[in-house]
Amino acid sequence: MKAIVDKQRCTVCGVCSEACPMGAISLRENGIEISDDCSLCGICVDTCEFGALSLPEVGQGPSEDPSSYRGVWVYAEWREGKVHAVSHELLSAGRILADKRGVELGAVLLGSGIDDRVAEELIAYGAEVVYVIDHPELAHFTDERYSKCIVELVGRKRPEIFLAGATSMGRSFIPRVAAGLRTGLTADCTELDIADDGHLLQTRPAFGGNVMATIICPNRRPQMATVRPKVMKPVRLQGRKGRIERVDLPAECFKARVEVLEVIAEQDRTAKLTEADVIVSGGRGLRSAENFSLIENLAQLMNGAVGASRGAVEEGWMAPSHQVGQTGRTVAPTLYVAVGISGAVQHLVGMQGSEVIVAVNKDPSAPIFDVATYGVVADLFEFIPEFTKRIKREREG
Amino acid sequence: MDYFLTEEQKMIQELTEQIAREKIRPIRAELDESEEFPWEIMRTLAQADLFGLYIPEQYGGMGGGVFDNCLAVEKLGEACIGIATSFAASGLGAYPILLFGSEEMKQKYLPQIASGKRLAAFGLTEPGAGSDVSGIRTVAVKDGDSYVLNGSKQWITNGGESEIYSVLAITDRAKGPRGASFFVVEKGDPGFFFGKKEKKLGIRASATRELIFQDCRIPADRLIAKEGMGFIIAMKTFDKSRPGIAALGVGLAQGALDIAVEYARKRVQFEKPIISFQAIQHKLADMAVKTEAARALVYSVARYMDSEPREVSKVAAMTKVFAGDVAMEVSTNAVQVLGGYGYMKDYPVEKMMRDAKILQIYEGTNEIQRNIIGQELNKEYGRLKESFI
Amino acid sequence: MHIVVCIKQVPDTKNVRIDPDTHTLVRQGVESIINPFDMFAIEGALKIKDQNGARVTVVTMGPPQASEALRETLGLGVDDAVLLSDRAFAGSDTWATSTTLSAAIRKMGDVDLILCGKQAVDGDTAQVGPEMAALLDVPYATFVKNIDTRESGFVKVVRQTDEGTEVWRLQLPALMTVIKELGEPRVPSLRHKMRAKKAEVAVWGTAELGLDPNSTGLSGSFTQVVRVFSPQRRGNRIQLEGSIENQVEQLFQHLKKARVPGL
Repeated sequence: MKAIVDKQRCTVCGVCSEACPMGAISLRENGIEISDDCSLCGICVDTCEFGALSLPEVGQGPSEDPSSYRGVWVYAEWREGKVHAVSHELLSAGRILADKRGVELGAVLLGSGIDDRVAEELIAYGAEVVYVIDHPELAHFTDERYSKCIVELVGRKRPEIFLAGATSMGRSFIPRVAAGLRTGLTADCTELDIADDGHLLQTRPAFGGNVMATIICPNRRPQMATVRPKVMKPVRLQGRKGRIERVDLPAECFKARVEVLEVIAEQDRTAKLTEADVIVSGGRGLRSAENFSLIENLAQLMNGAVGASRGAVEEGWMAPSHQVGQTGRTVAPTLYVAVGISGAVQHLVGMQGSEVIVAVNKDPSAPIFDVATYGVVADLFEFIPEFTKRIKREREG
Repeated sequence: MDYFLTEEQKMIQELTEQIAREKIRPIRAELDESEEFPWEIMRTLAQADLFGLYIPEQYGGMGGGVFDNCLAVEKLGEACIGIATSFAASGLGAYPILLFGSEEMKQKYLPQIASGKRLAAFGLTEPGAGSDVSGIRTVAVKDGDSYVLNGSKQWITNGGESEIYSVLAITDRAKGPRGASFFVVEKGDPGFFFGKKEKKLGIRASATRELIFQDCRIPADRLIAKEGMGFIIAMKTFDKSRPGIAALGVGLAQGALDIAVEYARKRVQFEKPIISFQAIQHKLADMAVKTEAARALVYSVARYMDSEPREVSKVAAMTKVFAGDVAMEVSTNAVQVLGGYGYMKDYPVEKMMRDAKILQIYEGTNEIQRNIIGQELNKEYGRLKESFI
Repeated sequence: MHIVVCIKQVPDTKNVRIDPDTHTLVRQGVESIINPFDMFAIEGALKIKDQNGARVTVVTMGPPQASEALRETLGLGVDDAVLLSDRAFAGSDTWATSTTLSAAIRKMGDVDLILCGKQAVDGDTAQVGPEMAALLDVPYATFVKNIDTRESGFVKVVRQTDEGTEVWRLQLPALMTVIKELGEPRVPSLRHKMRAKKAEVAVWGTAELGLDPNSTGLSGSFTQVVRVFSPQRRGNRIQLEGSIENQVEQLFQHLKKARVPGL
């Protein structure tokens, strides 16, 4: 299967051919030809001014009446007595979607020994109803039990939209929930909106963050998406009221072929990376492990975390847990300072969501400057010590 | 250049190139600095089946010959001849067993060497015997079912790291050169010790140590071939190993040339890349000519040797002398092309220049190689009936 | 023990450039590589094979050229390779991909352990592994960095999560998605490479898998891309100029005005 060309409309202008990331479109005398390399990504469809390109229809499958599903739900991630910040962010985003649809916003809370106050906090962030499944077997997270519980609950209550954080827990078990419910799932969304026909417009970076794709799930319900932490803004509302429903599920939901033998809580340094407001990152430009002290000093001074490019990690100057980028961590702090990092795509993908980006590099043509808010073309060994001093001076004065 | 390699030989190149690129280049400077033996790389080479390239299949090898081994050594040498030497030295230690060992001896040692589970080493040089092999002092005395060795060997590559040593010792001093014999000594044999690790100008990732024998008792069946075969075995081993040393030189020269050209294309002086200046172009051209000539010589000699000809000493020596000199010259010129940067440790060419020097010294200095070539010429022409004058 | 590793071919991002004018990826001349996380999965499988003996099969869904990637894995010591290739598979979302891959695993029948990379670096969804586990109805663990197969019928794994590490014991057959710590990929061996050159790569399509073409590819997908657009370019970058002291001062004032934390 490949993109469909309307030969009547096609002017063989060649725009689509250049845009095709797979190089699957070639120009012929009487029209364009699409080769088997077509991955049906749809980029060409958008570039065609003449409406000559389209994609084949997405699978219909046995679809149920979408109108029998109502409500927006958010999975409230609860671990070690705490609700993950992303759940508050999602409730605020979900609130907007629910208002647009004129439906209820629900939160789902799973765990063991959950206090009502935890649920009340979710109401403060916009939930009208909190479903609590409290069971000793849920004390430790396992994909199997957690997904069975949610599949069962969703089957009973039938929400039209289900959102979860793209955390290590969410990314782990939400796909199993989607598969269990035989519905689509879009991972790592950075933007959500709702169309008039009720379709959830799920926007996420594609092709390494260089294009954005908006995805819908037309025929199945619920429409499911995971959302990156720190993308949505949490809004705590005053005086919200809501109800808490404690749900009993059949014993079958709590059975699993997995046994959790040990949980060693440790603040993994990579987690610190994803949560930091300020990240100072170093690359190959630092030339040695010792020189990373420049980065560490500045990060410490700014109360931030230390990041590193793949190059610096490969050189062994920094532990892999500090790596920002495609094979490392995706981060989106308020301030990202890239020092001596040229900005390979694989790095840019992991940090271009940051609010303010400062790039310090000797080479003015380094791709890192393409994503920078502030570009500094300078020798980092001169610039960083001076900049560090400047902050110190401000503090002291 | 297409040297019309077989499918399998291209695979050897591909594989060793991958290892050079992914595993050796990133750590060569570090190992040069720390002088640490490259065990991790040795394990990688072992797992890649490369230690057995020249060993017959019935002894767990790949059944290739000198040429296959040269191809591997060249590619590894492009990245670091210190590491490549550690690899190649195992082959040098294995050849006496492969060429002259009894069937039982081959069965016992060659599979271990071919799999890379144990490294081999070659023990000939002594404090008083380098180029002049008649100065050997280490003795082996038969005592019942054993030989007892006394003496020491100097500057032994892989010494202390290897477990299997082919060692030359005098069994009958009265017989002069015909009184020397080769033995297999294993790490852990009673009375077998190692001296301190030497500090070297180059190939610092490789280990060089003294071997010390103090009443070192080994079973009599560790004698390779027969008593008195020692010098023949040494010469035949060197015939096989010299193209390998030459291949190290070709690799090193290529590695230096690669860096020099890349640098010359990027480095801008007087508002132009320096490669646009003839002074640089001509230097690079000469480097390229000599590197390719060395490669062509090594490849054709290695191929010829795999056809099992009778006399190879002259051409084997030619490869070593030529490629060794080329490596020294090309790496020195690479440093020159890079100028001040080339002299600093920021670029690998200064290391290559330090490394290259050993190629003119070890496994028979280049002066000795020229002696061999000269003597062979004398012999050859002496046999000719025809006059050219 | 029979271990199946699922792999994907992705563009080698190390060499991807961005067109400075159109701000899109220049994929021309960019080679495909095996998804790096899948390489860790292969290494994990081969380690188990080295230690306890196992048969390792690698499977991928892709165009006919993907058989080259499979051949590469045979060079590492993988025993068998299967290519799932059919025009009907084009345009698969994660669900359709999982459907196809799990059909292949069901066809193999005797699979004990299924390994996947934690995610593919081009799509980054991390969904196919867990969805396959659901379709095959087997237990699974994500972000696995250590696998212990010494106990018969079970597998003990160490997972790395945002909050720390966890040790799980799973009943076999089971599936896991793995991370870098499981092991850096080995280099090929000459013997395996030579065997790989001649080896047959099995190719299965909808017919071999017994799948209805409508349940695969775009028609078997639940999600649909409706719009693709370039991300908003960052507002004009401010390029600082002048002496070091000058640039330091400018940057400091800009950041102060932007009220970034940490100053």
